[in-house]
Amino acid sequence: MSQYFLDAQGLTKTFPTPKGEESLTVFENVNFGIKEGEFVCIIGHSGCGKSTILNILAGLDEASKGVVLMKDKEVVGPSLDRGVVFQNYSLLPWMSTLKNITFAVKSRNPQWSKEQVLAHSMKYIEMVGLKGAEHRKPSQLSGGMRQRVSIARAFAIEPKLLLLDEPFGALDALTRGMIQEELLNIWGQTSQTVFMITHDVDEAILLADRILLMTNGPHAEIAESVVIDIPRPRTRTDIIHHEHYYTIRNHVVDFLVKRSKELSNPELRKVKKVKSDKGLRYPTEVNPATGDIEEVNHPHFSDVETELEKKVINMN
Amino acid sequence: MQSINTRAAILSVVIFFVLMAVWEFANQAPVAKKAVTEYEILMGGSEPQARVPNPSDVAILAYEELSQPFYDKGPNDKGIGLQMLYSLQRVAIGYLLAALIAIPLGFLIGMSPLMSKALDPFIQVLKPISPLAWMPLALFILKDSEISSVFVIFICSIWPMLINTAFGVGSVKRDYINVARTHELGRLRTAFLVILPAAAPTILTGMRISIGIAWLVIVAAEMLVGGTGVGYYVWNEWNNLDLTSVVFSILMIGVVGMILDLMLARATKLVEYVE
Repeated sequence: MSQYFLDAQGLTKTFPTPKGEESLTVFENVNFGIKEGEFVCIIGHSGCGKSTILNILAGLDEASKGVVLMKDKEVVGPSLDRGVVFQNYSLLPWMSTLKNITFAVKSRNPQWSKEQVLAHSMKYIEMVGLKGAEHRKPSQLSGGMRQRVSIARAFAIEPKLLLLDEPFGALDALTRGMIQEELLNIWGQTSQTVFMITHDVDEAILLADRILLMTNGPHAEIAESVVIDIPRPRTRTDIIHHEHYYTIRNHVVDFLVKRSKELSNPELRKVKKVKSDKGLRYPTEVNPATGDIEEVNHPHFSDVETELEKKVINMN
Repeated sequence: MQSINTRAAILSVVIFFVLMAVWEFANQAPVAKKAVTEYEILMGGSEPQARVPNPSDVAILAYEELSQPFYDKGPNDKGIGLQMLYSLQRVAIGYLLAALIAIPLGFLIGMSPLMSKALDPFIQVLKPISPLAWMPLALFILKDSEISSVFVIFICSIWPMLINTAFGVGSVKRDYINVARTHELGRLRTAFLVILPAAAPTILTGMRISIGIAWLVIVAAEMLVGGTGVGYYVWNEWNNLDLTSVVFSILMIGVVGMILDLMLARATKLVEYVE
């Protein structure tokens, strides 16, 4: 039994290169857990494999090594239990806003009547403030509105886990701020478990309970898990006045500027590797504001791993 | 300053009348130098050479023919409208049969890299064969000239539809497929809800190319097969040495071909989407 709702264990992604050269390992030995109802952001430089991790969680991609457990069940293939919001919205352009949501709701609840599907879909369209635009095609909407549709669709299927791949990356700063608050609002009403990729430190602090920090690729790892103890409900204007805000922000920015590079230094990693080879090692939980550092130890996971290893041996 | 459309229309009309005038006046019958005898008249002797008919002759004939397009006075004398209907019927049957096979097969090829690779050699060899080259074989096997001409239409219109469907289905954006996968759509729902609408513009483009080719080929096929149809009509009027009718039917073939193309263009518009 895992203590986490979602548990990623020993994820590694290796891409073969042509002509038998050494294959490219984007990330390796990535372990992390997410508790139910938790909002977790992951930050790292481009190329460290964040999107690949998200796709593995979604079941759209497969890890070269390692497993993902959701409620102690292995993730194999995509499922309606895990809703995904992509950076490029991924709406079907030939369908109206409403149809883009109803088809998803229908897939989730095949036994529902037409009226039920419609009412449920409209509820989420209203929630993201798009009432009146439901018959427009995505091409007739602005980028921000499209992303709202995408978010409404993801929430409307009421998944157990919501995966957001840089959902606001393509939006201008003003729109982004508005949709961030809308997202917080909806999340507050539904208490979804969320895993989100972002490049924006302020966004992560505003939204997340914890921020996972990744070192640079190749051979990227999750180095730290930063706890954000700023109380909710949060708003963009208020959190910057909280005494912990800048401590956390500086810690994360410092990581991105300096430590993400240093920690991916092969010399340093050798030392780390010896440690991390001892079984599943979850990233150190850090609270920069209070200075609390908690080494997350899971003695029972060494058993899990031997079991996993046995499985791998059996498969071979 | 009028809009570009108005100006283009005016220019088209001007070009039309200039061309017609040049044709009409460059193509006058030579004036007879001396009185012709009855014998010479019977031999067409007043004109040293047969001439292409003038636009005015064609216009007069067109008016007569189009005022009663569907008359039927035996196998050698049918109205142009009736002949068009024969041709259109053959094209419609052959074309729809081709669509019925090409679109599902194209789906299969587009979705399965294995089938795509396995069927590629056949398509590559069969595609460049002139549809008329099939005619002798078709006549021998099918033993019916009517069915053979339909077969020729079928075989010429299948390739663009097949290739475009396969291409359209094969190049549906990964994002759309991922949407289908994350929403656990079954194979059938993915095909009809996601892949078909995503590939529809490309499929319709293939269908538009096909109808164009089918209309080109039906004329040639009917010249070979004879009996009825607009291709037969052209060839029959040539045998009758009625060049005015030949010119008139050439124009009519163009007009009907344009209408067919416009219809498919309209249909393509309906399924197009903006990303």
